Amino acid sequence: MINAVGRDIPEELLVNGKEVYQGKFYMDGKYMQKAAPKTRRYEKPAESKIVATLVDALKQCGAKDGMTFSFHHHLRNGDYVANMVMKAAIEELGLKDLTIAATSLGEAHDPIADYIEEGKVIGIQTSGIRGRMGEVVSAGKLKTPAIIRSHGGRPRAIEAGEVHIDIAFVAAPTSDCVGNCRGIGGKSNCGSLGYAMTDAKYADHVVVVTDCLVDFPNFPASVEAIDVDAVVVVDSIGNPKKIASAAARISQNPRDLMMAENVAKVIASTPYFKEGFSFQTGVGGPSLAANLFLEKYMDARNIKMGWAIGGICGPMVELLKKGKVGKVIDVQDFDLDAVNSINQTPGHYEMSASQYANPANKGAFVNKLDFVVLAALEIDTGFNVNVLTGSDGVLRGAPGGHPDTAAGSKVCIIVTPLTRGRMATVCEKVVTVTTPGDCVDVLVTDYGIAVNPLRPDLIECLDNAGIPHVTIESLKEKAYSLVGRPDDLQWEDKVVAVLEARDGTILDVVRKIKPLEL
Amino acid sequence: MIRRPKPERFRLRRTMMFMNAQKPGLIKDAYIYGCDSIMLDLEDAVAENQKDAARFSLYHALTTIDYGSTEVIVRINGLDTPHWQEDIRVCVAGGADGIRIAKCESAQDVHTVEAAVEAAEKEFGVEVGRTLLMAALESPKGILNAYEICSASDRMFGVAISGGDFRKCMQTTFQRDGVDMLAARGQMLIAARAAGIQCFDTVFTDLDDEEGFRAEVLQNKAMGFDGKSLINPKQIRLVHEVFCPTEKEVRQAEAVVRAFVEQSAAGVGVFTVNGKMIDVAFIPGAQRTLRLAKACGMYEGDLV
Repeated sequence: MINAVGRDIPEELLVNGKEVYQGKFYMDGKYMQKAAPKTRRYEKPAESKIVATLVDALKQCGAKDGMTFSFHHHLRNGDYVANMVMKAAIEELGLKDLTIAATSLGEAHDPIADYIEEGKVIGIQTSGIRGRMGEVVSAGKLKTPAIIRSHGGRPRAIEAGEVHIDIAFVAAPTSDCVGNCRGIGGKSNCGSLGYAMTDAKYADHVVVVTDCLVDFPNFPASVEAIDVDAVVVVDSIGNPKKIASAAARISQNPRDLMMAENVAKVIASTPYFKEGFSFQTGVGGPSLAANLFLEKYMDARNIKMGWAIGGICGPMVELLKKGKVGKVIDVQDFDLDAVNSINQTPGHYEMSASQYANPANKGAFVNKLDFVVLAALEIDTGFNVNVLTGSDGVLRGAPGGHPDTAAGSKVCIIVTPLTRGRMATVCEKVVTVTTPGDCVDVLVTDYGIAVNPLRPDLIECLDNAGIPHVTIESLKEKAYSLVGRPDDLQWEDKVVAVLEARDGTILDVVRKIKPLEL
Repeated sequence: MIRRPKPERFRLRRTMMFMNAQKPGLIKDAYIYGCDSIMLDLEDAVAENQKDAARFSLYHALTTIDYGSTEVIVRINGLDTPHWQEDIRVCVAGGADGIRIAKCESAQDVHTVEAAVEAAEKEFGVEVGRTLLMAALESPKGILNAYEICSASDRMFGVAISGGDFRKCMQTTFQRDGVDMLAARGQMLIAARAAGIQCFDTVFTDLDDEEGFRAEVLQNKAMGFDGKSLINPKQIRLVHEVFCPTEKEVRQAEAVVRAFVEQSAAGVGVFTVNGKMIDVAFIPGAQRTLRLAKACGMYEGDLV
């Protein structure tokens, strides 16, 4: 069945009430039944929940074949925990037919690709997939199609019971002996633990893995002991060098700076740029640099930002410390400046992924967002964005909060160079739709700005401010004139991944790529 | 192959951005930053054993990249090197708008280059006279001969000073108030204006010193320069901002040109606008202000 972004969704996926994407806010006003976990009572006072090994913890939680384990990605590419757990479950306990429900998977998890190839891991549900995991899934080696959800779509699916987590594993920079966890105070600090919060509330069992045991009570806790079954102390939960980079530096690349300046110009041209406005930006070159230019406009108009959300890094913390933003609320921290600031700098708070972006709850932050600045691997003339598959059709990206912030915000700005190497970023048709075009408002490239025709109000704002803009078709033509028009990718029929829209409908599928024949 | 339109001898040249002709990543789309002219460098930025490769890169850039309305000038190697003749052949064959003569010291240097350019134009079937010239003055001798250089050829559109070499010759270094090059800048400006060509200031090399850069650009404008050489795209915006006329200047220029059109039709030669006496002598200046205003997006009328 063809959905609202023109993608053909195989009928066999449309079972058990699953629908195709019908446009943004299609589910608005509908009721959902939340799924409650089945949890064990810990009534008899116990001094500690510490168990000796991961195997002991798995046994205590009744780990068996066919279960779903969840992980969160605050330790980013430095994460050791997912690999440790899967190794214990598969190599020591001999479990099989396991499903991994992660908030993101990357190069750090390359070893798990072996378990997929061996058929021990049969399901993957994630908001991002990179490295060998992406390659083996794209090669059709996972038994069931991977399910890709946004950061908001994931807690929605968990709360709705579409993902049932048997055991959630929390990688905790610090924990006390009963499982109160924080993202700071240890040796592998990551700051916010926002992605782990929904998992801990909805999983049947919760295991905390830490490398820094602290005195009880470890408060204020991000994940609370009331939800935790067991605590395992290991030597190291991750590689601190890869968890949080040193201070994120604002790009000096003139191309990035030019695009960032244009992003700020667009923002300042709209009526939403006023005292107390809200903002989210990514950490990519031009997205992060937008902070710098936005600050100049804020100073010039003598206005302050009300609040900022997102993955947070140093430059936003700086604005907070300078008093130019009222509050910063984050689900994840990207650099040490942000890690060291959360819950320390007045006005810098932590939130859960559900509170951040879940479309089915009653008060997600993204719904109050004025502006979001996002990157893209590709954007097509329908303003559909791909941040998941490479130009070779292989899974190597992450929708993350992209679709959530795009849908929730009043102005969603995509900033990307027109070409990357030989690849046209602005193209006829993206490989995979991860953020639908009806949520994307403005495209800023190094070759010009285009406004989605669905937003005549923004076109008027740009015109009034004298900001030149062109059609997205002309940008696409320019891109093809520079780097050529690529041949279509060749797919097999087998679906290797299902891309869920944030509301749970099916936005697109990724099929197995045909091996290249020369 | 890209065929660039015939270059305009006198056009807006507030910003000329230097870039190494050998760096494809830089030159492939340098026009996106909005400078008025780009200066593809075959001289100092290119290592001695890479001169050939740079010429190939330059030729392919000139013939395959559409730089649109951005002017494309090439800085060739000095006349004391074995490279300049081949540099000129490549510039002309590729259709560059103009050539910057490095280390120019006399009218004879201009004539020498002009002869080679003309020969190349004939060799490659390019309209004779199409390729413009500008001179870079880098030595005290060049400054002393500024007028004969500026007026040496009808192809000459402008003259620029090259601060690095000049300061070395003068046994001085960069001074924040510009006193190190005050006399040279002044002499060059007088020569350029006397010969009726444009005049450009040298690069400002400390990219982190925004305040120093602004001060220098403000001084350039106050002294009467047409524009400035740049080394990084992030310098463009400030120069364009500084070289913008003020709102008041634009309104006055508009009133002057409009009144002149009306009054001269009525047979009046001298009149007043906003209390100031105006005659035909004021018109070129007012028109120049309006053209600049148009380029800066401040004027949309049809008087220029």
